[in-house]
Amino acid sequence: MTFPYSDKVLEHFKNPRNVGKIENPDGHAMEGSPACGDMVGVHINVDPKTKRITDIKFESYGCASNIATGSIITELAKGKTIEEAKKISWKEASDALGGLPPIKSHCSVLAVEGLRSAIHNYEELHGLVKEQKPTTVEILRKRLKKVMNPLSGLDLVQTELVKDITLDKGVVHIDVDLPADHQFATNIREEIRDKIEPLWDVETVEVQFLK
Amino acid sequence: MIEKTVYLDNAAATRMDEKVLEAMKPYFFETYPVATSEFGYSLGIEAREALEKARKEIASHIGADGEEFIFTSGSTESSNLALKGVALALGEKKGRHIIVSSIEDFPVLHSAKTLEKQGFSVTYLDVDNEGLVDPDRLRDAVTDETILVSIQHANQEIGTVQDIETIGSICHDKGVLFHTDATHTFTRVPLDSQKVEVDLITVSPHTIHGPKGIGGLYIRKGTPISKWMDGGFQEFNLRAGLENIPGAIGFARAVELITLEETERIKKMRDHLIGRVSAEVSETTLNGHRSKRVPQNANITFHSVEGESVTLHLDMRGFAVSTGSACFSRSLEASHVIRGIGGDHERAHGSIRFTFSRYNTMEEVDAVIDAITEVVNQLRIISPLSKNKEVGK
Repeated sequence: MTFPYSDKVLEHFKNPRNVGKIENPDGHAMEGSPACGDMVGVHINVDPKTKRITDIKFESYGCASNIATGSIITELAKGKTIEEAKKISWKEASDALGGLPPIKSHCSVLAVEGLRSAIHNYEELHGLVKEQKPTTVEILRKRLKKVMNPLSGLDLVQTELVKDITLDKGVVHIDVDLPADHQFATNIREEIRDKIEPLWDVETVEVQFLK
Repeated sequence: MIEKTVYLDNAAATRMDEKVLEAMKPYFFETYPVATSEFGYSLGIEAREALEKARKEIASHIGADGEEFIFTSGSTESSNLALKGVALALGEKKGRHIIVSSIEDFPVLHSAKTLEKQGFSVTYLDVDNEGLVDPDRLRDAVTDETILVSIQHANQEIGTVQDIETIGSICHDKGVLFHTDATHTFTRVPLDSQKVEVDLITVSPHTIHGPKGIGGLYIRKGTPISKWMDGGFQEFNLRAGLENIPGAIGFARAVELITLEETERIKKMRDHLIGRVSAEVSETTLNGHRSKRVPQNANITFHSVEGESVTLHLDMRGFAVSTGSACFSRSLEASHVIRGIGGDHERAHGSIRFTFSRYNTMEEVDAVIDAITEVVNQLRIISPLSKNKEVGK
């Protein structure tokens, strides 16, 4: 039989480790969306003294590389301090799996982002975000790079769909160069809110479709 | 226990029948020359006669004469010739508007897109949520500029069979040519060019246990169409290139081997799969029309799971199926067909297509249902989208 993945990927795909949720986790995050066909959720518990990840679980809706990366990332992160775990890269995850097809990097990078976001969520919830930098348009733009246009599978910034971003006293206004009756308008609006609203100094997010 | 691979991707390609190969063999090793004119040498004349006999036999299955049927390299070329050939013949004389359905297979869809780039206007007709074209909307879409309507006989992914009788008569009432891609219906669903007002029909034997690399195009007598591949005068001067005589012989033999009984048997396997899955697996959606459907196709979305994961799990267990998920496709785009019938991306990503053939058995169908039930259950356990972690109802 000829499979498009390494044995290690297939093994993790068949028997994913640390699957599921943690009840009342210390930190959690969800990356991706059903529209893109890939989602990874990461739940962590962290020892308050040592800052080591004592428990980690993941959920995945996605292809084989998405599931396998989710699985390997839990193995790599378990027992590490959050500072160490933050540094785990896609390359490390991919190497630990014996390599991933480059075309699948989009699906597998989500797990790495999921872990980082879960750690960030833990830090936010536990007052560990050292300096709360005021949100800037640049920070907003960076977050919008994680919002995908399901039609192209590419992000809104890269495809130049974000026409304008304004920020005024906690009110973020984003102009999107798509018609309001676009097939995925609602979906895209929700995803934008999802990414922007958690910022500590953002109160409301307005998304306007320009066409 | 099933040992060999259970192949359920027969809409993509089928296993060739040994009888087809037997019929083809002499045209590789004995009657191997090109088809010569009637004033050529004996072997060439024999080759030509065999080619013409095959042509006649295939054409008769759509109620046509041999002169109305040309061989091509496959359905992709046939549909390219239908759209581009008519555009070339009528674009200057009559008009530059073409109508296709939004769920056509790529040869039609992408030919239309190419023509669009060359200044033609194209209407992509939406279909309803079972995949059917609305005849009234078609009628309204025709303008004085319209030269061709191309609407498939049945869909490649969801198997919905269009009402081409009505579509054909609308086209002819309006004085517009009608092409249909019958790749997925030929010999399985009747199509008689004497009864249906159709001018061009794309067919191919790769879906009916015939060889790959050969196809055909029915062209009603008098249909304006221009040659676009230049070369010799083969195929009534419509398609240049050395004739694929073994392919043509294999094509005719494949057509001959299809029986009504076999089609009925395939339909029973299809119905059994749809019936068992809808009774035994929760949160599924049948994609396509329930009854207006090619006998060999079942397409089901298993919600909250992603298709490439399902197909890989099934592959590891020895089953070959296909999916409309973006991750499975070469383009990394989710199925335009599932989206065309109003499905969201999640429905496309979780869609699994099972297509049956002569070589499948009811035992295999039961085995794939058991396997997919397990696989979907396993994937739903880890899926954040799934509220229902148990498959059983």
